[in-house]
Amino acid sequence: MSENTAVRLEEVRLGLGEARFAFDCTFAQGRITAITGPSGSGKSTLLNLVAGFEQPDHGRILIAGNDVTGQHPGARPLSLVFQDNNLFGHLDLFTNVGLGIHPGLRLSKDERQAVSVALKRVGLQGFEKRMPGTLSGGERQRAAFARALVRKRPLLLLDEPFAALDADLREAMAELLLDLHRESGNTILLVTHDRAEVERLADDVVSIDQGRVLDEAGKMPFPHKNMPG
Amino acid sequence: MVSLAVVSLLVALPTVALLSAAPATQGLSSVFDSYTLSLLRFTVLQAVLSTLFSTALAVPVALALARRPQFFGRIWILRLMALPMGLPVLIGALGLIGIFGRQGLMNQMLLTLGLQQPISIYGLSGILLAHVFFNLPLACRLMLAGLERLPAEYWRLSASLGMRPLCVLRFIEAPALARILPGAAGLIFMLCATSFTLVLVLGGGPAATTLEVAIYQALRFDFDPARAVSLALLQMGLTACILYAISRLPPADITGAGEGRASRRFDGRGPGARFWDMAVIVTATLFLALPLAAIVTAGLKADLWRLVHLPAFHQATLTSLSIALMAGLSAILVSIGMIAAKAAVADLRNPPSALTLLSGLLSAQSSLVLLVPPVVLGTGWFLLVRPVFEVSRAAPLLVAAINMLMALPFVIRVLAPAFETHARRTDRLAASLNISGLARLRLIDWPILRRPLAMALSFAMALSLGDLGAVALFGSQDLVTLPWLVYSRLGSYRTNDADGLALILGLICLILTAIGTAGHREAK
Repeated sequence: MSENTAVRLEEVRLGLGEARFAFDCTFAQGRITAITGPSGSGKSTLLNLVAGFEQPDHGRILIAGNDVTGQHPGARPLSLVFQDNNLFGHLDLFTNVGLGIHPGLRLSKDERQAVSVALKRVGLQGFEKRMPGTLSGGERQRAAFARALVRKRPLLLLDEPFAALDADLREAMAELLLDLHRESGNTILLVTHDRAEVERLADDVVSIDQGRVLDEAGKMPFPHKNMPG
Repeated sequence: MVSLAVVSLLVALPTVALLSAAPATQGLSSVFDSYTLSLLRFTVLQAVLSTLFSTALAVPVALALARRPQFFGRIWILRLMALPMGLPVLIGALGLIGIFGRQGLMNQMLLTLGLQQPISIYGLSGILLAHVFFNLPLACRLMLAGLERLPAEYWRLSASLGMRPLCVLRFIEAPALARILPGAAGLIFMLCATSFTLVLVLGGGPAATTLEVAIYQALRFDFDPARAVSLALLQMGLTACILYAISRLPPADITGAGEGRASRRFDGRGPGARFWDMAVIVTATLFLALPLAAIVTAGLKADLWRLVHLPAFHQATLTSLSIALMAGLSAILVSIGMIAAKAAVADLRNPPSALTLLSGLLSAQSSLVLLVPPVVLGTGWFLLVRPVFEVSRAAPLLVAAINMLMALPFVIRVLAPAFETHARRTDRLAASLNISGLARLRLIDWPILRRPLAMALSFAMALSLGDLGAVALFGSQDLVTLPWLVYSRLGSYRTNDADGLALILGLICLILTAIGTAGHREAK
């Protein structure tokens, strides 16, 4: 296992209903890797395997060199941002972000401070008491990033995090993501449909089709025929 | 318009009759004598306790079921939970007596364990037990639906954040339940405060009688209409208070009460949590299944062949079915009228205020019906009809009318969404193709709407078939329905017959409900 591999899927195989998946790939440390492919190709399944929501039928998953196969999602050193519902709708932003530090919300004074700092960093200063329902879609995703920020995990998994936002907002959010990435040097796996997003953000691209990784290299010419509209 | 008039007439006339009869009694002082007050106290007390137990005990069951989407036979447990709602109350009571009664399974077990004081199925404890039997599944299904409506991301997020079961309870499950709880508790409180049959069968004696049963006793045994009137007014006041309180609560969303669509869960994987959930689910399932099994076994012990050939059975079945059909069909007709009237008002761009008021009245109608429980309604009609001609002659019609009103809220809940969707989908297209009248009915409406109609009809018929409240007031030798037959056999200590008849009646009602829900599931 080389020093600069953050995530490794070793001969991972998984069957979900009719679909068969077989992944054998690595993701480089400290880089943003876009995972692309048509709908139903297995992008999200790959992410779920890394996050621990799916268990492989065969093979191993390593994060930072440690075998995490079979580990509970909560025990893995990573943060997640989904397309939607990243915040508990009935809890205010402070609680939502604070839960990223301690899942029972037992926070020290410094940690409480850290929540406010993180909110400020993503442009939501003073939003501690706001409820998710009163925010725009972009603001909610910012809050999700604030939580990822306070968690300080070396790996961030993003499942189409900007797909529900309109184009202008997407660009601004991508900038924010890049800034945060540069500051923390974390590894990011980004599942996306959006070609512009890949070009703007990704250091590497991994394309998936029919449950398999197509190619795995630096910025490759894009496989146009696999891109849905 | 006509439907509104019909319903108003059916509800308002007896209400007015009750109110106008009120001064004839000896004023308020007689309404609030000590016995009446003790009735009121008991009615509220048992409803409060029933609601508390039903909802509190439903919480762990709902949590366990929500956390175990893969639990063995889960779908059947959920269907089992839907059963008590389709089951005539009287029959559920018989099943409970079979398990918890003096000769029941539970007490025999306790006796062999050396316990001296067996559970009593009669009196307050029995009423509470029965109310929990009927309402725990309702509360459980509502809460389960609330938990399953939570976005799937919540469970992934909580797992990824490493939340322990107590944290999941505090931050996710408890807030979700808190949104459901007030509405569910309000609904159950209403059902328990107006519960008639269970109290009639399991209560009794001055210590365990509710207002509804006291009304019935005043009318049927003491021949004291004045007393019945004052009690009926008291009951109306009580339900009005409850309805007002419920209207201030957030509504419980009853549609789509948990069937299958469970979220994947990543929590509760430890052996302790597994064991707890399993124990809770198994206990709840046994609590629901055993009385039902008791109905079946006791029923099969009866001489079913002889029962089926009894002339009394034929007569009662015929009476029950014709009343149920009458009630069901008229409930549907009235509902359609109300839905159509509402749609017509909604179509006007600037509806005059009078029409807006009418539309509001139509919406409020279903709760208006709830305001006057069947026994109260019956009392009013009893008073109205008695001076004109003999009550027994109009009795079948009155029972059917009261059953129709009871079914109305449910029928509207089934039909209104179906009709509205159908109109939205087809109205403009049909108009542009100039399809109208009978052709429209045959080609466009009937194929789509017959399913919700059949469902509403079967629900209404099941409700009417199982009802004992209305027929208890008007029943006579000439008017015996199936539940009344069961009840009178029970009263004359022919328990065997009662068990057998209960099994038959239960099966009829369950088949009707199954037809209804099957249509519902396909429609989804």
